[in-house]
Amino acid sequence: MKETIIPIGPFHPLLEEPELFTLKVDGETVVDVDVRIGWNHRGIEKLSQGLTWDQVPFLIERICGICSTSHPYACVLAMEDILDIKVPPRAQYIRPVVGELERIHSHLLWLGLAGHFIGYNTVFMWAWKYRELTLDSLEKLTGNRNHYAMFKAGGVRRDFSQEAMDFTMNAMNETEKALNMFLGVVSDDPVLHKRLKGVGVLTYKDAIEYSAIGPTSRPSGVDHDVRRDDPVDAYGPSFDKGVWKPIVLEDGDVFAKAACRILEMFESVKIIRWCIENIPDGEIDAGVKEIPAGEGCGHYEAPRGEVFHYMRSDGSNYPVRHKVRAPTYNNLPTFKATCPGAHIADVALITASIDPCYCCTERVGVVDNLGTKHILTEDDLTKLSVERTLDVRKKLGKITWNPYAKLL
Amino acid sequence: MALGLNSLKKSIWVYHVACSPCNGCDIEILDLLTPRFDVERFGIVLVGSVRHADALLVTGCVNRQIKPRLQEVYLQAAKPCVVFAIGSCAVGGNFFRRSYNMAGPVDRAIKEVDPNAIIVYVPGCPAKPEAMISSVVKAIGFLDNLKKVKV
Repeated sequence: MKETIIPIGPFHPLLEEPELFTLKVDGETVVDVDVRIGWNHRGIEKLSQGLTWDQVPFLIERICGICSTSHPYACVLAMEDILDIKVPPRAQYIRPVVGELERIHSHLLWLGLAGHFIGYNTVFMWAWKYRELTLDSLEKLTGNRNHYAMFKAGGVRRDFSQEAMDFTMNAMNETEKALNMFLGVVSDDPVLHKRLKGVGVLTYKDAIEYSAIGPTSRPSGVDHDVRRDDPVDAYGPSFDKGVWKPIVLEDGDVFAKAACRILEMFESVKIIRWCIENIPDGEIDAGVKEIPAGEGCGHYEAPRGEVFHYMRSDGSNYPVRHKVRAPTYNNLPTFKATCPGAHIADVALITASIDPCYCCTERVGVVDNLGTKHILTEDDLTKLSVERTLDVRKKLGKITWNPYAKLL
Repeated sequence: MALGLNSLKKSIWVYHVACSPCNGCDIEILDLLTPRFDVERFGIVLVGSVRHADALLVTGCVNRQIKPRLQEVYLQAAKPCVVFAIGSCAVGGNFFRRSYNMAGPVDRAIKEVDPNAIIVYVPGCPAKPEAMISSVVKAIGFLDNLKKVKV
């Protein structure tokens, strides 16, 4: 039978952000899927090189409005890797609270949208109703609903007030009740079982081969969580005390991904409670004045997976290189494994199941005034990357940083 | 024109155009539809096609790749239609105004194809849902005044 091509996007009612999916279909069955991006490229890495070290976290949290804690978190960890300093204890407890509140609001957002995609708008309305509790807590604690501006190299910018912390504890109790309801809905509802089970299965082998990370890979049995594997701040002590654990499931289908995210929110609630109960008094800022020459990297478990930042300093006011790798970059190619063989109606759900964030992903753009169509192959990209590295080396000297030095 | 503008004041149907945003304003727009703010009680509904829309909610700094698409979407909308530039990026570019990939803020892109376009600016990073509701109220007041002048 002849294959038909169905374009979805760049503006489509189901898509939050502009992107173009090209589905190759044979009747009702999807044969192949391709995704074109570039509608979100804003040149963040280049802009970052023109800002001072203190301004960079403000730009970095505007990479994505949903992961607006994870990116600055990884970014300041990279800066602190260059500085080689320890953050004051109170700041170590403030950071995970903001990070985990963000995880709850991101996962509830996803749960609502997933419900919307399968035509179950009750879940959409419920999830977004209870998400407001988290946003209220964030507003009380940090001053804004999104883009919290809390992170700086060597600490945080604002202290938590006792009133805001009490409010957050109450909100967490309410959120936990709502989460129990959602868990009941997902585990009992026969409609959701029929619609989600066995759809878009990502096997353990595929998850490893496509380097999937975060809540895309953990439901497939890949036991990987940066918060546990490379603990920073209060994540280490809270894990050692057995407060929380990473959620790893077996099935790898959309149902398992939904279950994984709901269970992760319970763990986030536990971390927030533990951090607020055990928060020490004292300074919140180490008072970093300047960043010495060197290079560093930082990574953090964003709601969608591991986010990685690399920064290089030549001792001046500005970073000379800033590299960002967002989790969706790894998770996008899993469409190639999960979509073929599915029905067209399921594709929206399967593509949503990785919780894609294109704002985070788009780091490279080919700018051309002539309007010629560019397709860069793997060889072209390798060549560009090698040229870029040689260029940086020529200007700044050979890279001396060894990621394993600390382990040896 | 007066009849058209009058009809715009009742039950505004909106279409969401994301032009390289950071998602912050986009999730706040979706927040408007959900129980806390629930703008559907005023007849404001998010529609799937631009041809059904009375207003475009544009978010994000407009980059080079999206600019022709934004203009195309605006031309496809039934006139008269109001453009809401939501968030600091859409209003003036925010952090990204100096980016190599930025093609100017929303109003410049729209006015290139229609110099008489009605554009409402909603600043904020991200714009708060309350600010968006307030902007709709102000826009309706503006349309009222415009009608009086025309008649």
